[in-house]
Amino acid sequence: MASAFQAACRIVVKVPENGWANIARHFSASTTLSQLAASEPISKSASNRKVTMIPGDGVGPELMSCVREVFKHSGVPVEFEQVFVSEVHSHSAPISEIFDSFKRNNVGLKGHIESPFHDKGELQTLNMKIRKGLDLFANVVKCRSIPGLNTKHNNLDFVVIREQTEGEYSSLEHESVTGVVECLKIITRTKSRRIAKFAFDYATKHGRSKVTAVHKANIMKLSDGLFLRSCQEISELYPKIQFESMIIDNCCMQLVSNPHQFDVMVMPNLYGSIVDNVAGGLVGGAGVVPGESYSSQFAIFEPGARHTFSQAVGRNVANPTAMLLCASNMLRHINLEFYANVIQTAVERVIKTGKVRTRDMGGYATASEFTRAIINNIRL
Amino acid sequence: MATSVPVLCRSLKNIHNSLYKSCYKLLPSITVQQRQDRTVNTTVDYSHQGMPPPAQYGGRHTVTLIPGDGIGPELMVHIKDIFRTTGVPVDFEEVCLSSDLGSDDIDYVITAVKRNGVGLKGNVPTNHDEPHIGKPKNVKIRTELDLFASVLQCKSIPGVKTKHQDIDIVIIRENTEGEYSSLEHENVKGVVESLKIITAKKSNRIARYAFEYARAHNRKKVTAVHKANIMKLGDGLFLRCCREVSQDYPDIEFSDMIIDNCSMQMVSRPQQFDVMVMPNLYGNILSNIGAGLVGGPGVVPGCNIGSDYAVFESGTRNTGASIAGKNIANPTAMLLASTLMLEHLNLHDYAKTISDAIWKTISQDKIHTPDLGGMATTTDVVHNIMKEIQKTIGAAAI
Repeated sequence: MASAFQAACRIVVKVPENGWANIARHFSASTTLSQLAASEPISKSASNRKVTMIPGDGVGPELMSCVREVFKHSGVPVEFEQVFVSEVHSHSAPISEIFDSFKRNNVGLKGHIESPFHDKGELQTLNMKIRKGLDLFANVVKCRSIPGLNTKHNNLDFVVIREQTEGEYSSLEHESVTGVVECLKIITRTKSRRIAKFAFDYATKHGRSKVTAVHKANIMKLSDGLFLRSCQEISELYPKIQFESMIIDNCCMQLVSNPHQFDVMVMPNLYGSIVDNVAGGLVGGAGVVPGESYSSQFAIFEPGARHTFSQAVGRNVANPTAMLLCASNMLRHINLEFYANVIQTAVERVIKTGKVRTRDMGGYATASEFTRAIINNIRL
Repeated sequence: MATSVPVLCRSLKNIHNSLYKSCYKLLPSITVQQRQDRTVNTTVDYSHQGMPPPAQYGGRHTVTLIPGDGIGPELMVHIKDIFRTTGVPVDFEEVCLSSDLGSDDIDYVITAVKRNGVGLKGNVPTNHDEPHIGKPKNVKIRTELDLFASVLQCKSIPGVKTKHQDIDIVIIRENTEGEYSSLEHENVKGVVESLKIITAKKSNRIARYAFEYARAHNRKKVTAVHKANIMKLGDGLFLRCCREVSQDYPDIEFSDMIIDNCSMQMVSRPQQFDVMVMPNLYGNILSNIGAGLVGGPGVVPGCNIGSDYAVFESGTRNTGASIAGKNIANPTAMLLASTLMLEHLNLHDYAKTISDAIWKTISQDKIHTPDLGGMATTTDVVHNIMKEIQKTIGAAAI
């Protein structure tokens, strides 16, 4: 496992420039045509693109089968390489299999993996190990009101970007004296600048005009202060994008009272976890919000609010919208825009028509009825 | 004399002791100061300390696209089409740069390249009728991003008729100093001085780059081009630096040549050259001669490399304003520049697919634009390249 972990790290960690030889590498000798299967044209593909699938726990496997069914009916040229890992199930593949699979495919679709509360000496959850092993430092949750789905606020469209490899999730906890536990929150300049740059790059790429850094620098003056300052430094490189900052408590209040003011938000790990869920709740709950995680090399697409919804297993009630939108975003990422749009439009059409709705959307349809409706709305 | 030595020693010791004591007294206050420093330290401006990594997330790259003037914008459209067809995981951030805009935009372009790390650029003409202050925009991009090496490969293309065959020259040009320092002034009315700056540091750097390039690409010879017989100090320094650096590369032959003779040799017997290294202005001239030898400005790509950033453009840096909008510009140079960019981003397979399709289009299918003596339009060439790409991808899939 350790070796696989290192191997995965080797890919994502940028090798430092080793002087002239590295700079002089341009015009380098052409390589073989081995991995051409990865490069299909945009609308007509000759072969299938392989993608890693981690179904996760709870309703994850059910949602994945919805995705497979929708993909099959849309003729999406994608083949899934499934790796089942779990912390609560007795049969689970070793985590190294995930890293190997990502090394081959670079892109994956993932359900949430259940983390048991009890402490068995291991502080890192499996989800965290995957994130750290692949260095998936940036999490993006897109909160967009879906037409047809009634919520308190309408026409919302903002993005929550969260650093997810350090901060409160460092798994550094210890009991110094009996009855006194210290939990270390780590903020580093390098990672703060990296996530800030990611947020601004995201805003640039998607034509957004404002980035809000969310922090608690009034209390954690050094750590959150560093995060805030890093964001400020990076913002100077993006003169055309407005930058502002907001304290986390105020931010949460603003989110529920006047969420339209937000565009792109960037924050450290724990605040991100909370804001992701607040924001998800604003636009229709855990069942409809897609999310994605990035490292420089890899991308994982997973629902924005990370819940396993274990109580619904086998009851055929889980809303597949979030996972289908994730899948659609994934297709866009691997240059299969056409299919991405087909699936997204089908999902949106079903919700807008409003005849078939799952429980969480206020309807009575089962998950399979909902999936069937989406398949019927696919217009190729 | 003999007695004074112990006295001196003693007095020195006294001074030492008293200094030590006074330091010791100061010590606590110093640590307090240090502690304060540590807290103050958090407000230190780190912005000079390197950039976070370039915009590459989930395997997709963002590249700054600077269409420029002339044929630049139309060629960029074709590049985007071809990238889409090939499925290249590259997104473009397009920024405008034109000769007739204010100076704000140039700063924006430079920061845009800084944050993405890589740029693809059409050229911007510099209006030389206007007396203007500061550096031309193209030069400013190169100096501010410290793109010290311009690399141009002039290679004969099978199927393109030229006077000479079997040419394979790499021209490496110092890109940031020399005659392009923009230091010109009129001392006395009617007397203008233009300063050419040659520094040992930059000469060494470009010489080392040339030799490393030669070694990395299995090339045998490096020729330094200069005019040290006239500019004994300036070009003399450049030549000396090249000689010194060549000592570290015994496996590569080193020679030097005076620029006037070199120009003659280039047009009479160009096959003798391998890698050439030279200061800025000579590089400008020889690049154009070299490009002319293998088919003109439409077929030679170029790149500007620094230690942090890279900007890719057509080799001879023409805007082609006279043929803009006529659909007859040769897209080869710009497309090859884009494949060099893909190589730089380590997307070798995509680079190879596209460059193979370009070579096939020129050498086998013989779809030539008017500058190569053909009748085809730009879109004909681009469509044929796309067709070839589709073929390769289809073949690989089976």
